[in-house]
Amino acid sequence: MSILLSIIYLIATVTFIVGLKKLGHPETAKSGNLIAAGGMVLAIVGTIFIHDLEVPTIIYVLIGIAIVVGSIIGWLIAIKVEMTKMPELVSLFNGFGGASAALIGVVEFIGNDSIATTEGTVVSTILSAIVIGAITFSGSLVAWGKLNGSLKSVVKIPQYNIINNLFIIGIVVFSAYMVLTGVDSQPLLYGLLAAGIIYGVLFVLPIGGADMPVVISLLNSLTGIAAAITGILYDNMVMLVGGILVGSAGIILTIAMCKAMNRTLGSVIFGSFGASASAEEGVNKTLGTIKKTNASDSAIMINYASNVIIVPGYGLAVAQAQHVIHELEELLTKKGVNVKYAIHPVAGRMPGHMNVLLAESNVDYSLLAEMDDINPQFNNADVVLVVGANDVVNPAAHNDPASPIYGMPILDVENAKHVIVNKRSMKAGYAGIENELFYNAKTSMLFGDAKDALTELVSELKGM
Amino acid sequence: MNELIEFINNNLQITYILILAIFVGIEVIKSIPAVLHTPLMSGANALSGVVIVGAILVMLHSNPEDYVALTLGFIAVVLGVLNVVGGFAVTDRMLQMFKKKK
Repeated sequence: MSILLSIIYLIATVTFIVGLKKLGHPETAKSGNLIAAGGMVLAIVGTIFIHDLEVPTIIYVLIGIAIVVGSIIGWLIAIKVEMTKMPELVSLFNGFGGASAALIGVVEFIGNDSIATTEGTVVSTILSAIVIGAITFSGSLVAWGKLNGSLKSVVKIPQYNIINNLFIIGIVVFSAYMVLTGVDSQPLLYGLLAAGIIYGVLFVLPIGGADMPVVISLLNSLTGIAAAITGILYDNMVMLVGGILVGSAGIILTIAMCKAMNRTLGSVIFGSFGASASAEEGVNKTLGTIKKTNASDSAIMINYASNVIIVPGYGLAVAQAQHVIHELEELLTKKGVNVKYAIHPVAGRMPGHMNVLLAESNVDYSLLAEMDDINPQFNNADVVLVVGANDVVNPAAHNDPASPIYGMPILDVENAKHVIVNKRSMKAGYAGIENELFYNAKTSMLFGDAKDALTELVSELKGM
Repeated sequence: MNELIEFINNNLQITYILILAIFVGIEVIKSIPAVLHTPLMSGANALSGVVIVGAILVMLHSNPEDYVALTLGFIAVVLGVLNVVGGFAVTDRMLQMFKKKK
């Protein structure tokens, strides 16, 4: 490798580290992203042009076309997508990266005429790139489908974690067999690729409920590891370090997300969130009756309150109601009401998802309160307005040990004097469990699409 | 097992880099505010697109007559670029919103 290319890779690697570091602070995050992107461009351009290979022009043309096509599509998807769809988009892009790694492994395997005599370590690198790439590819696609709603049902295969574990052990044993015997068989290779793809589906399919962001983060980390493995294959430092950075950072991020939900990584992967029998029993419990309200009654209640806390959830995001809620908050502030937003760490579909959405509608940063800061304040709140949130305000997390979300930190909205819950219907939340908060005597239900209901609320308030 | 030890011995540098990079990754991400979890995940996702470098190497090394390798390499480059460009662009869009807050 030429010295120039080595230096370019070194610079790119440093930009990755600096970029990631800067992404961790609100003021520098944007520049961090751009720095890392710059490093990536440098690494790509360097790889294409700096080498001592005799490369026919046609190959340059093909690479050029591939890059232009990929850039245009990627750019268009990225700028067109709605803010609420961001989490699944990350998952989709991640799947592409995994597929890319798997394809590289396949080409390396079938392009190598002497697999039988190739070092076992090289073959195992190739095979692990294929398997990990395939798992992240199909797993990310399933996560994408689940988040955008096209794969709705939580598939409950009996004993699925035993089946899954046997499956992955089978893959490992099979790969080991291929490495040790040095068998050069394309059908076996494609079999391995297919097994990886199937495992990715099996792995993500049974995971339901609020655990999905954790899975995406984990898959993201796996893509990094796949990239690093291909880096070892080519003795390529920028791939190695870049991949490992994403791998280890992704694991830390995954753990941080688990902590926010008070769950361990093991219970997310092997647990039975929303799939346990006790959740079904919970539904049968008589929870009492609900109290319906309408926009004008709610408006009166809020208008004469002095402290109002808004709890936004995914329903707000789906209904694109982030601008209306900001309007409501401004209106109330003008009327002298003290308004705050209570942000649960996993409100929406991803940690930080609500912050991103509310920032989009120009909500003042200082009005967003994190869970631990806002929880003691619910005692003083006159009205809590829950918009499209469900599991994150479910008291079952505190007082029902049989509930699948038992132990998850929640927003203690039931401590407030009144609670208004806006929901489209009485349907259970993402975790698929009933919420006794809705049956609480302090709670009134304001049914309807978040945007419509809030717009009505705003116009009622304006008339007061 | 012997082969693994031999591999580590022959690639001592890579092994060191590997282990140090793991720690750098952990340290760099430590104590990130929850607000930035989504953009950070998105940014890390874009970085994992570095696999594109490998896809380009595959294409550079392939024989122009070898249509299978070329096709697979081509698809790998397209998917890798999608991951990189899409990833950085989405991250930038998310962060744009944080910027105009004041």
